[in-house]
Amino acid sequence: MARITMREAISQALMEEMDRDPAVFILGEEVGVWGGTYAVTKGFYDKYGPERVKDTPIAENAIIGGAIGAAMVGQRPIAELMTINFGFSAMDYIVNQAPKLRYMFGGQFSVPMVIRAVGGGGRQLGATHSQTPDAIFAHFPGLVVVSPGTPADAKGLLKSAIRSNDPVLFLEHATMYQVRGEVPDGEYTIPLGKSTIQRPGKDLTIVTYCKGLELSMKAAEDLAKEGIEAEIVDLRTLRPLDMEPVLESFKKTNRAIVVEEGWKSYGVGAEIVSRIYEQAFDYVDAPILRVAQKEVPLPYNRNLEQAALPQVPDIIAAAKEVLK
Amino acid sequence: MDKENLIQMYYEMVLIRRLEERGAELYQQGKIGGFMHLYIGQEAVSTGLIAAREPRDRVITAYRDHGVAINCGISANEVMAELLGKSTGMSKGKGGSMHMADTSKNMWGGHAIVGGHLPIAAGFAIGDQYAGNDNITICMFGDGATNIGYFHEALNLAKTWNLRVLWVCENNQYGMGTAVDRASAVSEIRQKAEGYGMKNSRVDGMDVVKVHEAAAEALKYIRTEGKPYLLEIMTYRFRGHSMGDPERYRTQDEVKKWQEDDPIGIFRAYLAKKKIALGNDLDGIDAQVETEVQKAVEFAEASPEPGMDQLFADIYAEN
Repeated sequence: MARITMREAISQALMEEMDRDPAVFILGEEVGVWGGTYAVTKGFYDKYGPERVKDTPIAENAIIGGAIGAAMVGQRPIAELMTINFGFSAMDYIVNQAPKLRYMFGGQFSVPMVIRAVGGGGRQLGATHSQTPDAIFAHFPGLVVVSPGTPADAKGLLKSAIRSNDPVLFLEHATMYQVRGEVPDGEYTIPLGKSTIQRPGKDLTIVTYCKGLELSMKAAEDLAKEGIEAEIVDLRTLRPLDMEPVLESFKKTNRAIVVEEGWKSYGVGAEIVSRIYEQAFDYVDAPILRVAQKEVPLPYNRNLEQAALPQVPDIIAAAKEVLK
Repeated sequence: MDKENLIQMYYEMVLIRRLEERGAELYQQGKIGGFMHLYIGQEAVSTGLIAAREPRDRVITAYRDHGVAINCGISANEVMAELLGKSTGMSKGKGGSMHMADTSKNMWGGHAIVGGHLPIAAGFAIGDQYAGNDNITICMFGDGATNIGYFHEALNLAKTWNLRVLWVCENNQYGMGTAVDRASAVSEIRQKAEGYGMKNSRVDGMDVVKVHEAAAEALKYIRTEGKPYLLEIMTYRFRGHSMGDPERYRTQDEVKKWQEDDPIGIFRAYLAKKKIALGNDLDGIDAQVETEVQKAVEFAEASPEPGMDQLFADIYAEN
């Protein structure tokens, strides 16, 4: 095991897969000469050259549409969106083309493409650059939506995403590239579409993913000091959604909260809560609560921005509320 | 072009015409659902164009795709079956009129978001360039698609990256019901390629021989130079934009005037003048097509509906 950052884990996954499979190449804005705006592909241009690390124009439709086309004819492109917020410019490709082409043409081809995109608030980038719109993308059948919360998961899931024959949207968080964690040595993958228990507990279930995992782990430590043991289920993949570990945990604890960074309305939490009520209603001992972003466009000012984002004390308060 | 190929082009044009005429009848009988856009009047465009490709060249087009499917070698049976939503259609009845593809014939669809398939076409060429082959992607679209951002992003990328794409604008002079000069800053669409430093030309699309010559020249340029090319083909659709078109935007006189330039009539005259085929020979082909279309209708009507197991099939490649 080595203790590395999220950035290093993602970078390793990309490099290992590029070394393994010549069909894999990267395209996106500033991925090459610049080294990636979050430095994830630093050194790639020198190692692999301009054919495999393609700097594109600032043209999201050309980037994602181009990746779809290259994938349909047998390559394995990894398209990088500088931020998921720019993904809205290419919405047609992400939600209306990539997830539908296989089905609409009777399975004649597939779209083995990964879109890597950075999302999330907390860096004072203002309302249009700080969103966590994961739920929007997870709405569409045909797309796989992955969002890891640890370096080990990021590496294993990204490797699986690159090998998958389906289009995968891989959502990273802008404030988590320096997060460190233990990563297994050598070759490993983590299957897409599998939730997992990141922390065992018996008193309540916290369902979360990505940035929410980081916050929930901290909240769980504080709760433990008060004798409350939270079990944390990390979704890791939002579509297809694996409810098994969630339901298993909930049937044990009978109480749950969902923590996500996106807005509460129509969000990931809404989906999880509905499914628990539909599939485990007899086990419900208290209303299930959601911790999420306040319903505002994220402001620039640091204090205001932090007030809008979910925080550790919000999670602790919600946990205590469902235990009342 | 030898006699056999010329006759083949005539056959394909008549087949497209008759297939669509029958399709329109079936649509009116409620046997075909959704949107259906007829190619009638524009047959010379894809016929001349696709006759000039190598089998390894990929074709991708917009939603007015029945003719392109026929020209790419997809059978009348499969086209008719897909129109009727049957499991024997090339997209298993899940695509319909606007989404016909058969990758074994290098026909990559049938795409119904205006302009949306242009960056995908660029992507095919990225894939081929990456693979190191000299396949060409032929991407067809209407005049209306040249006003949307996708067009400009795709052309810019194609020229910047030297992608082997033949961009084919089928200028039928109306984007739905809006005349080109009411929607486009320049009415000569090929001028838009100039802004990207891309070689381009314009050709009469009612004459299949001229289309074929222009396409062959453009493909030769792309293959040897390794650069994209934009070909504007002037044409006219004799029917409405789709089956539900009140046609308030053009006069009957205008339509009639164009119908006098029927591409099939022009080609018949050409074949007779060049003594390649006499009227009697061509009438024989017409009769053969009539039978083929009738059989296609019977095949499609007799074909099974997709089973309910198809509802969840092919969403993902992996489970």
